[in-house]
Amino acid sequence: MSPASPGRAGRVLLGLLLAILLGALAFAPFLFPGTRAMATASRIAIFIVLAASYDVLLGYAGIVSFAHTMFFGIGAYGVAIALARLTPGWGALALGAAAGIGLSMLLAALIALLSLRVRAIFFSMLSLAVASVALTLASQLRDLTGGEDGLTFPVPAALSPGFRLLDHPVLGVRVDGRLLTYYLIFLVALGLFLFLLRVVNAPFGRVLQAIRENEFRAEALGYRVVLYRSLASALAAGVAACAGVLMGLLLRYNGPATTMSFAIMVDLLLMVVIGGMGTLYGAALGAALMVLAQYYLETLLQALAGAAAGLPPLAALFDPDRWLLWLGLIFVLIVYFFPAGIAGSLRLRAGEE
Amino acid sequence: MRTGDAAPILAVPILLLAALPAMGFADWLTLSASGLAMGMLLFLMASGLTLIFGLMDVLNFAHGAFVGFGAFIAASVWARLPALVAAPGLAANLLALVAAGGAAALVCGGLGLVFERVVIRRVYGAHLRQILITVGAMIVAEQMSVVIWGPDALTLAKPASLASSFIVAGGAVEKFRLVAAGLGLAAFLALRLVLARTRIGLVVRAGVEDREMVEALGYRVRRLFVFVFAVGTALAGVGGAMWAVYAGTVTAALGGELTVLLFTVVVIGGLGSVSGSFLGALLVGLITNYVGFLAPKLALLSNVALMAAVLLWRPRGLLPLVRT
Repeated sequence: MSPASPGRAGRVLLGLLLAILLGALAFAPFLFPGTRAMATASRIAIFIVLAASYDVLLGYAGIVSFAHTMFFGIGAYGVAIALARLTPGWGALALGAAAGIGLSMLLAALIALLSLRVRAIFFSMLSLAVASVALTLASQLRDLTGGEDGLTFPVPAALSPGFRLLDHPVLGVRVDGRLLTYYLIFLVALGLFLFLLRVVNAPFGRVLQAIRENEFRAEALGYRVVLYRSLASALAAGVAACAGVLMGLLLRYNGPATTMSFAIMVDLLLMVVIGGMGTLYGAALGAALMVLAQYYLETLLQALAGAAAGLPPLAALFDPDRWLLWLGLIFVLIVYFFPAGIAGSLRLRAGEE
Repeated sequence: MRTGDAAPILAVPILLLAALPAMGFADWLTLSASGLAMGMLLFLMASGLTLIFGLMDVLNFAHGAFVGFGAFIAASVWARLPALVAAPGLAANLLALVAAGGAAALVCGGLGLVFERVVIRRVYGAHLRQILITVGAMIVAEQMSVVIWGPDALTLAKPASLASSFIVAGGAVEKFRLVAAGLGLAAFLALRLVLARTRIGLVVRAGVEDREMVEALGYRVRRLFVFVFAVGTALAGVGGAMWAVYAGTVTAALGGELTVLLFTVVVIGGLGSVSGSFLGALLVGLITNYVGFLAPKLALLSNVALMAAVLLWRPRGLLPLVRT
């Protein structure tokens, strides 16, 4: 997959992009003041974790899961249900998070053990079926999940917007619950990303790649393919649930459409494929790009629809509600012509020099 | 297509008998009949999916898109033939049905040819990219159907003479379901017959076993597979058309929703096996109806539970295709 000796220029550019991303996220509240900018930065941090954990499956283990947003949703519902039903506080938060993460890992292991015994393709189909049931359950079990309306819940006092840690602003930014929430999300996300990086570069990650490249040879060398893939699946699900917990804390709300919907699954696929499969850095770049693009794509389509208003068939194509159409087209084209994604292409081009 | 033992085939009668004590005879008859009819319809749609996988090793996540297009085309044809649909005679109603199904089959078969050439041909043998590409295609197709047919659901009037029911021993069986079941059964028998008894079927099966050898003998396996792909998508289109009339309403989300059900069917049956899909479709149809009646709250879980149970019993599905 990756060239034998990656050259310099592409690597430097990739490193530079990642450094900018890290710097921008680390100092986001000071660089881009405002509630909306901070929320966007939080989303980017959360989706970097989610995309990176998905990349462990897609890029390293070579299996396509459609249940990844289900685990994201289970994590978010874990905290949502615990904080809405129990006395809100750090204890309830920890309990809900642990329950969500545990349930996710258990479900992922079950799906994997049931399907991976046969072929990796079964996993894709089974995960799609289970995820669709989970989505329907989430919107129908009104008593537990709040149904389509979802749950609004209080977060621990230190994270709520009204909380003040210091009386005086630091560098022009108020040190309130919002800032604390942001840095909690940022630090946990950074920790999870580094953890995933450690995992895929450990022997475990190498074995996953070996299985992806040649299942039979890996099995013949003595690696238990099903076990390794199931572990990868459970691990990715656990990290996705952690990302869900962070999402719950950010929004102080969770519903089926915010964390579990198929649209988010598509976004996730796009993030990993655009950024480059099999390099966690690519997933990070893809996630940042997609979250930012989502804010602008609709505006762009609105402008195009306005320009094409005289031609009804074109106007229907550029309808702002049709953004998924364009994302789908971009996705297909990227898989065809740009399969290594941003990160992979940068490394590849450098290798050719 | 090859069976190891008879146990999986007994699954359907066992399920039928097991449900009998749980409800009255009249209810059982109604539910069983509509379950079997729904199963045959599901088979009609799933047969293309399993055929294409078995012969070409392509898992087409966009298969549901052809079902969706078939349904929309049927709805369009339906709306243009109000006289035939509302006519009291059986012949006129069947003519409308044939027109809708035929149009859906033609368009979906043609779309299948284009789809194979433009999309699938570049990703033969690469499962990961196949899944990604076809998922992307599914999204685009679903959105395109909104662009073409609009975001609102289309409704189809029930054909006048097929909307009523037969009453047998207190159980009601809707006539349209009989037609749908007949079509599904006919498709199953025809597929089995063609694959097992004709020269084309022989070459197709041989091409699956050892493609290079068959090509060396002078057969154009590529062309044959493209033909099979088009047949599969045409069947999906007919299935979608029948589903549209059966359900009476068509939405853009239909293809995606049915994809999940179709995957359940082919996984239960054994990926690639036509007979297995038939059994899987009947089981799914029956379970959906029984559980929907006995415990509506569990209806959502019933199919996934059935799939998990079958996979625990037979990890490759009921009648797996033996690949050498």
